[in-house]
Amino acid sequence: MKQTTIDIKNVRTLGLLLIGVLLLATLPLYGSPYSVIFTTSIIMYIVLTVSWAIFSGPTGYLSLATAAFFGVGIYTIAILGEEVQLFAVILLGGVASFCLALLVGALTLRLKGVYFAVFTFGLVELIKHVLLWYEIKFTGTRGRFVVVVDNTTIYYIMLAILITLLITAFVIRRSKYGLALQSIGEDESAAAHIGVNVNVVKTITFAISASFMGMTGAIMATRWTYIDPYGAFKSLYSFMPVLMAIFGGLGTFYGPILGATIFAYLEELLITEFPYYYMLIIGSILLVTILYMPNGLVGVVQRLQRRISGGRGANP
Amino acid sequence: MLEARNLVSMYGKAQALWDVSLTIDEAEIVALIGSNGAGKTTLLNTISGLHHPASGTVEYLGQGIESLDPYVIVEAGISHVPEGGRVFPDMSVRENLEMGAYPKRAWKAREQTLQQVYGIFPRLKEREKQLARTLSGGERQMLAMGRGLMSRPRLCLLDEPSYGLAPIMVTEIFRIIERLRTQEITVLLIEQNVRHTLEIADRVYVMENGRICMEGECDELLQSDFVRQAYLGL
Repeated sequence: MKQTTIDIKNVRTLGLLLIGVLLLATLPLYGSPYSVIFTTSIIMYIVLTVSWAIFSGPTGYLSLATAAFFGVGIYTIAILGEEVQLFAVILLGGVASFCLALLVGALTLRLKGVYFAVFTFGLVELIKHVLLWYEIKFTGTRGRFVVVVDNTTIYYIMLAILITLLITAFVIRRSKYGLALQSIGEDESAAAHIGVNVNVVKTITFAISASFMGMTGAIMATRWTYIDPYGAFKSLYSFMPVLMAIFGGLGTFYGPILGATIFAYLEELLITEFPYYYMLIIGSILLVTILYMPNGLVGVVQRLQRRISGGRGANP
Repeated sequence: MLEARNLVSMYGKAQALWDVSLTIDEAEIVALIGSNGAGKTTLLNTISGLHHPASGTVEYLGQGIESLDPYVIVEAGISHVPEGGRVFPDMSVRENLEMGAYPKRAWKAREQTLQQVYGIFPRLKEREKQLARTLSGGERQMLAMGRGLMSRPRLCLLDEPSYGLAPIMVTEIFRIIERLRTQEITVLLIEQNVRHTLEIADRVYVMENGRICMEGECDELLQSDFVRQAYLGL
């Protein structure tokens, strides 16, 4: 197990993190309104990617249900946004996704590999179409309005979610519980042999990761003012976290953060600069990543560090 | 210490155990021999809770455990070292061992247990920081056994610990199993290496086609023509 001794490297990392948080926390004071909105989008992608990686990273279960939990959050605020106070709705969005993930997890986490991936993908479509059917049949309209919240508030709430998530991810990674998750990924049957309650560990982690996606959906929906099932349950939100995590480097703590930040920035840049070639360029980058950078950006950085320090590997 | 009575185990519609009974006393080394597919591993999985029996009971220290889940059974002091070891390849030797102390009861004492395990397997201490995937077959088996001991078991189920190892390593593994007795650990051992097994075991059960077809002290079995012909080639 990695020792949590306080050495120079840890102090330096902590210092850098604090400076980062301070810069982000004061952004609305010195940044332009556009930079606040743009940073909110980046943070959203980081949260979706890191919360996806909490579960899928160590266990190797490829979940494509991110859009489902994100969408449940969106619908929570669309339904309750008028009556319930903002913070309470966001928490409720998290709770709703948590409960859905518990249910889904208990039912399906015995599925392995591609079966689990396909099921989670199907879950998004299932919820979307049930909602469509319900809205057409009972409310007679498709879609709903969402309460409007100003951009600075959205930004600070997203930042708070991000910080909570990073602390959660870090604590899980360093704990006995994190070891259990990793052991499930390496050999689930051996994990059961040594006394890990694999079903409970998997289901709870899946639900924790889902609750962050739900909260994110609830607050981000206020930016769109109008939502319908097609917009709320877009499978794109399931695939982006996977791509971003692979791009940054699965299985490391910083990989998904780095991947999501650069990928989201790149996406924005390409959409504004090369609107017609944007998908082509993104696709090419992904191909190169998978072919030549099996451990993502973090893998490349580590290899460079190792070359510089002459063989001594750095811990991720 | 452990008493299994009339166990019947099914995989879907296929029956794997037919009315199997077995007892293990404190501080014994009991061996289970038999050909492939005889149901030895199923019996072990049934005891450790990985597979629940269709009927029959397993009593451990006076308590019925046949319907409990594996993590509860490990917590109660039964450790199951699976066939082939199944160490975690991308964890270091030390991390693998610490994982073995996962049950609550063992987690607090893990540093102390770790030193004891290093005492039994000095090779593991030398390899402490290496990833498990870089170990040799014998070292992996040692790691798997060490990981099993990290949960501080009173009863250790070993599934073919000598399988696929070099002869010198086989001798070493058997020497270690024999030493477990002095640590007050009871052992149920599945083995194909009958000659070595009969040297260290107190009693032996022979399984064929999902049934126990013979049981007795080692000396008795050595006299039996069936065992001499089928397993020792004499």
